[in-house]
Amino acid sequence: MKQTKAFYFAPYSIWLLLFVVAPLVLILYQSFFDIQGNFTFANYATYFQSGTYLTMTFNSIFYAFLITLFTLLISYPTAYLLVKTKHKQLWLLLIILPTWINLLLKAYAFIGIFSMNGTVNDFLVFTGIGRQQILFTDVSFLLVASYIEIPFMILPIYNALEEMNPSYIKASSDLGANNWETFRRVIFPLSLNGVKSGVQAVFIPSLSLFMLTRLIGGNRVITLGTAIEQHFLVTENWGMGSTIGVVLIVAMFLMMLVTGEKKKKGAFRK
Amino acid sequence: MKRLVTLAAVILAACGVLYYSSNKLDQAQGMTGYNTLNLYNWGDYIDPDLITKFEEETGYVVSYETFDSNEAMYTKVNQGGTAYDLVVPSEYMIERMIDEEMLIELDHSKIEGLEHLDPDLLDMAFDPENRYSIPYFWGTLGIVYNTKFVEEGSIEHWDDLWDPRFKDDVMLIDGAREIMGLALNSLGYSVNSKDDAELAEAAEKLDSLTTNVKAVVADEIKMYMIQEESSVAVTFSGEVADMMWENENLRYVIPPEGSNLWFDNFVIPKTAQNVEAAYAFINFMLEPENAAQNAEYVGYSTPSASAVELMPAEIIEDEQFYPSDETMEHLEVYENLGQEYIGIYNDYFLKFKMHRN
Repeated sequence: MKQTKAFYFAPYSIWLLLFVVAPLVLILYQSFFDIQGNFTFANYATYFQSGTYLTMTFNSIFYAFLITLFTLLISYPTAYLLVKTKHKQLWLLLIILPTWINLLLKAYAFIGIFSMNGTVNDFLVFTGIGRQQILFTDVSFLLVASYIEIPFMILPIYNALEEMNPSYIKASSDLGANNWETFRRVIFPLSLNGVKSGVQAVFIPSLSLFMLTRLIGGNRVITLGTAIEQHFLVTENWGMGSTIGVVLIVAMFLMMLVTGEKKKKGAFRK
Repeated sequence: MKRLVTLAAVILAACGVLYYSSNKLDQAQGMTGYNTLNLYNWGDYIDPDLITKFEEETGYVVSYETFDSNEAMYTKVNQGGTAYDLVVPSEYMIERMIDEEMLIELDHSKIEGLEHLDPDLLDMAFDPENRYSIPYFWGTLGIVYNTKFVEEGSIEHWDDLWDPRFKDDVMLIDGAREIMGLALNSLGYSVNSKDDAELAEAAEKLDSLTTNVKAVVADEIKMYMIQEESSVAVTFSGEVADMMWENENLRYVIPPEGSNLWFDNFVIPKTAQNVEAAYAFINFMLEPENAAQNAEYVGYSTPSASAVELMPAEIIEDEQFYPSDETMEHLEVYENLGQEYIGIYNDYFLKFKMHRN
């Protein structure tokens, strides 16, 4: 019995070893070498002493935070209403549909919408506000990034709300709670796991959205992804690139720790 | 499981049949390794009529494949899936391919018509004495502007980019060498400077440009300038030639104080199967009437002095693409700076991009 278990697990553990563990170890290993190939901690010293990299780290985290916040603000009510609608599957499909379209195509579509002679500006001229610079601003970057991440926030929240036992809500109102109290003390705490996985699914990729920073942000928004791309493709300083990679990985682990499910005793319901 | 196996077998069989029939087809068209020239070039970078003419004159069959970046080309040539006989990389990539011994040293006795080329464009630092490469097209880095928004002739120098009237209106190409280079040029230094004080001065000057910068983008500049998103941009002359087909309000300026000179040259990779055909094609393209026809079609600047004489005056007198000798003297090819200085250029550039006003 034990052997068959190990047998079934083998393909995945090989995959894990080759494509998850090995790359992580390689990145960590590379980050200790300078361009001459000497073993050194200098990359880390450079990173933490450089105003450029620290500002960039702050920017990355701050933008990722804003993107996560906006998607959460939009997604929670959407998921909440979705659970109550009639044609759930249809609505869900409509929300997932945009994720089937390539990211680059969506980015180019937004360039068309936001550009000086684009749809939005035509509308602004029509309403008398006049042409505005929309592309290459923080607003357009945050908007497009949030748009792209929204499905990944809605789905886990929707699932959490959908799984909830309706008798809790009935019990709550039977015991005299009004709608707001029911939401605050019953529904929201029970959907918190969905929110946490949504936050993880959005925050972590948002840390290194580098195609969008160029296409929509016009490189006016610089995140760590830009620096990593530069170090691997242009300067070929893989050590420094890996160091930034390690910092990002650590940031992601911290994020997982903060939002991870705490295992309480007897909490294994599934 | 059984269905899966059947499906896999069917797919494999289909692949086999397709491979066999495509081979048969190639042979039917006369495309055997013996008389085929595998040409690997940038997209839309040759007059198709010339390929037909070459095929008629020499009996070789040209298989034409295209790439859109030097890096993509490098990867494909390096991994050797197809044996390309003739490739057209840019100068910095040629230098790298020479270093990595990927290229055949050219036998100049087999090349006819080298005397047609402008001697000023031969024997450059990336390939001394043209031992590995023959110029195909060349160009510059400069400023493109739209006469709808900017008075014609009012931009001449790099310093004009700093003019307050272009607030949030300048687009820059996303390259450390190009942008640091223009700052160095505007101060009268070389684009290949390795002087730390000069670099620091250039970086400081760049910082004051940020108020005018609208975006730092790559290939999209072409689209934005055609759509008149911005009135001024810094980009390569080749891109500008394409833009001008679409928008006739655009003008191009090469600042006379200095700029970058770039090349796309013919090279023969070591993996080439048909070296004779490659030489035949190089010789064919060196013939002045062919070079002239090609330059008129593509719109880039031809290195062939004899071809220039054959071309209409309106093209060759256009200083946008055939700059004066005085400007030419101030143009420099990017030299390989070594990893340390490439790092320094890029760090300054990253800092510049980070700078918000």
